[in-house]
Amino acid sequence: MIVKPILSRRALVQGAAGSALLAGIGMPAISRAQSDVIKIGHLTPRTGFLGPLGDYAVMGIQLAADEINGAGGVNGRKIELMLEDSVNPQTASAKAERLIERDKVAMLIGEISSASGLAIGQVAKRTKTVFINTGCNSDALRGSDCNQYMFHIEGANSMYVQAVAQYLLKENLVKGKKWYSLTADYAFGHDLLKVAKMFMEKNGGQFAADELIPTDISDFSPFLLKIRQARPDIVISNLAGNQITNFLKQYSEYGLPFPVVGFAFDTAVAWGLGKGNFSGVWPLVWHHLVDTPASKAYVETFTKKYGKPPENQSWGDYNSLKIVAQSMAEMKSTDPVKLAEHFRKGAKFDVMKKREGYFRAYDNQMMMEMYAVRAKKAADMKDQWDIYDALGTVPGPDDDLEVIAPPKGACNMA
Amino acid sequence: MELIFIIEQVLNGLLIGVYYLLIALGLSLIFSLGGIVNLAHGAFYAIGAYLAVLLTDRIGFAGSLVAAPVLVGLIGIAVERFLFRRFYRSDPILSLLLTFGLAMIAEQGLRMIFGASPLPYAMPSALRGQVFVGDFIYPYYRLMMLSVAVVAVTLTWLLLYRTPFGRVVRAGVQNPEMVGALGISLEPYMMAIAALGVGLAGLCGVLLAPIVTIHPAMGAEILTAAFVVVVIGGLGSFWGVVAAALLVGVVRGLTSYFLPPASEASIYLLMLLVLLFRPRGLFGERIQKFE
Repeated sequence: MIVKPILSRRALVQGAAGSALLAGIGMPAISRAQSDVIKIGHLTPRTGFLGPLGDYAVMGIQLAADEINGAGGVNGRKIELMLEDSVNPQTASAKAERLIERDKVAMLIGEISSASGLAIGQVAKRTKTVFINTGCNSDALRGSDCNQYMFHIEGANSMYVQAVAQYLLKENLVKGKKWYSLTADYAFGHDLLKVAKMFMEKNGGQFAADELIPTDISDFSPFLLKIRQARPDIVISNLAGNQITNFLKQYSEYGLPFPVVGFAFDTAVAWGLGKGNFSGVWPLVWHHLVDTPASKAYVETFTKKYGKPPENQSWGDYNSLKIVAQSMAEMKSTDPVKLAEHFRKGAKFDVMKKREGYFRAYDNQMMMEMYAVRAKKAADMKDQWDIYDALGTVPGPDDDLEVIAPPKGACNMA
Repeated sequence: MELIFIIEQVLNGLLIGVYYLLIALGLSLIFSLGGIVNLAHGAFYAIGAYLAVLLTDRIGFAGSLVAAPVLVGLIGIAVERFLFRRFYRSDPILSLLLTFGLAMIAEQGLRMIFGASPLPYAMPSALRGQVFVGDFIYPYYRLMMLSVAVVAVTLTWLLLYRTPFGRVVRAGVQNPEMVGALGISLEPYMMAIAALGVGLAGLCGVLLAPIVTIHPAMGAEILTAAFVVVVIGGLGSFWGVVAAALLVGVVRGLTSYFLPPASEASIYLLMLLVLLFRPRGLFGERIQKFE
């Protein structure tokens, strides 16, 4: 027999609250204490709509740590990673503080959400700790919110827009064309929309409409119906993470005929689509088809270790740690202030691209090549990883790396 | 013209409501009969989607549409027998903690086995394409989804309201002591309801797998909205849940049209309003044990 002594309808409402709580719980931290090691704090979202990308970030930085430690460490000291799920800006900020003050990490690497990146950047500034941002695209982080301890190996929104811009112009999809955009409703998306508008307006595009899409929405059908009514010439995705997967799956379901272009992208979200769902031209900071010896070697070791190829997010976290280890070994010091100085003096780094990259002293943004890719036709895809063709590289071989960088003006390091 | 677009969004909202319904129905049944607030309900939806990915290569989409919900139902039976059953008599906070833990274990389990990255999965090419009715557009797939859901909901209704099994279940919801006094043990009924409830969630997982991102946390994503549906619909009323699910779908569709950033908040506002004026929900019955 079933008897319920204290049961009430309230339990149900509590249940609704509990289910909301469920969405806000992060991954447990993994860390092992050891003496005489160089501790590096790594923060990235492991849950939520950016979680899939965070997974690649962790794979990337772990591979880098394994390689560095396997080769004897930095000046004889091993790297020890303190991995944390950054969850949201509040948690990211609290965890960044804890890593710095309690765990005494030498520096911070990581993050993907521009909102959390801003929070970590503020902690970095206050505690004078170097933070290398590996996944936040907002121009504002390189502009009004910049500071001398926050470095960006991830491309800025401006750079991403530039990466696809020349293909849009070449294929005559800007001038006099009506564009409809879907934008992730948080710091990153708002920033990207601003940059996208600037580019489209400068080149004679006609703005039809924009929809701000909450990050936790998975049904895009109301927006697809609106796009269909508006009959634009081009649909632009300013979305992020799982949003892109949801959007593309349903865009192909509704069979809308307008060409799709993205101003931000991660390969993992397209690998998670399924046959016949992928279309469009998309920008990337790096992809597994980049044809350089370092890039090929990285794809090979990564695939051997994890059983799948790396994508752009793992590139960022892998290269950040490699750059840090290389710099610390050259300087024979782990002093964060010296590390920041070394970066800001224009030290050049091999980041698996044709040309070496360097941090620009004005905003600490890595100056480097960016790429665009075009979705393959379903029939041409050989396996689940073979989803796009490389379109090309910006800037061109004769142009200065800075031509695609965010415009100067807003950043004041002092 | 404007009116046509609004009608289109309303019709589309009804479609959205249908998949809230599949999740919410099981949630409502399990709570009404066993008093368990099943926070792991979304996890069963996620498991359904992952099973669809695993099974489709072997038995096709149609096969997995049948097999995956059955498998999820079997998991439901095990969970009921070995976990839920211990908590019918205890403080609801305990079962809340239990299912909260289950949800986390399921999510992390999926993450450990399949990774955090979304799994690729596409609809069978036979279901691709759209129907155009005047100005309206309906993908074949959503129409198929709608018909499967309608069949599932109708069968559930027949089971609850037209069979001896359903009579015992409904009596058990209203007055478990009396059912016990009549010499009927509710335990096997509870087991069947758990299997049915989570099986429906599994079915919803398979149906949505081709059109949403398949990732470990997908269950948590849909669960809160399903709870809102149950609260708005009210306990003990089958049609309450149906009406609430469709209402939530339409409200969400319309706010997406007029004020997209508020589309998520709109359903909570709706819940707040309903609770203010009708604390038992739209069609909630007065049930002794919940008062």
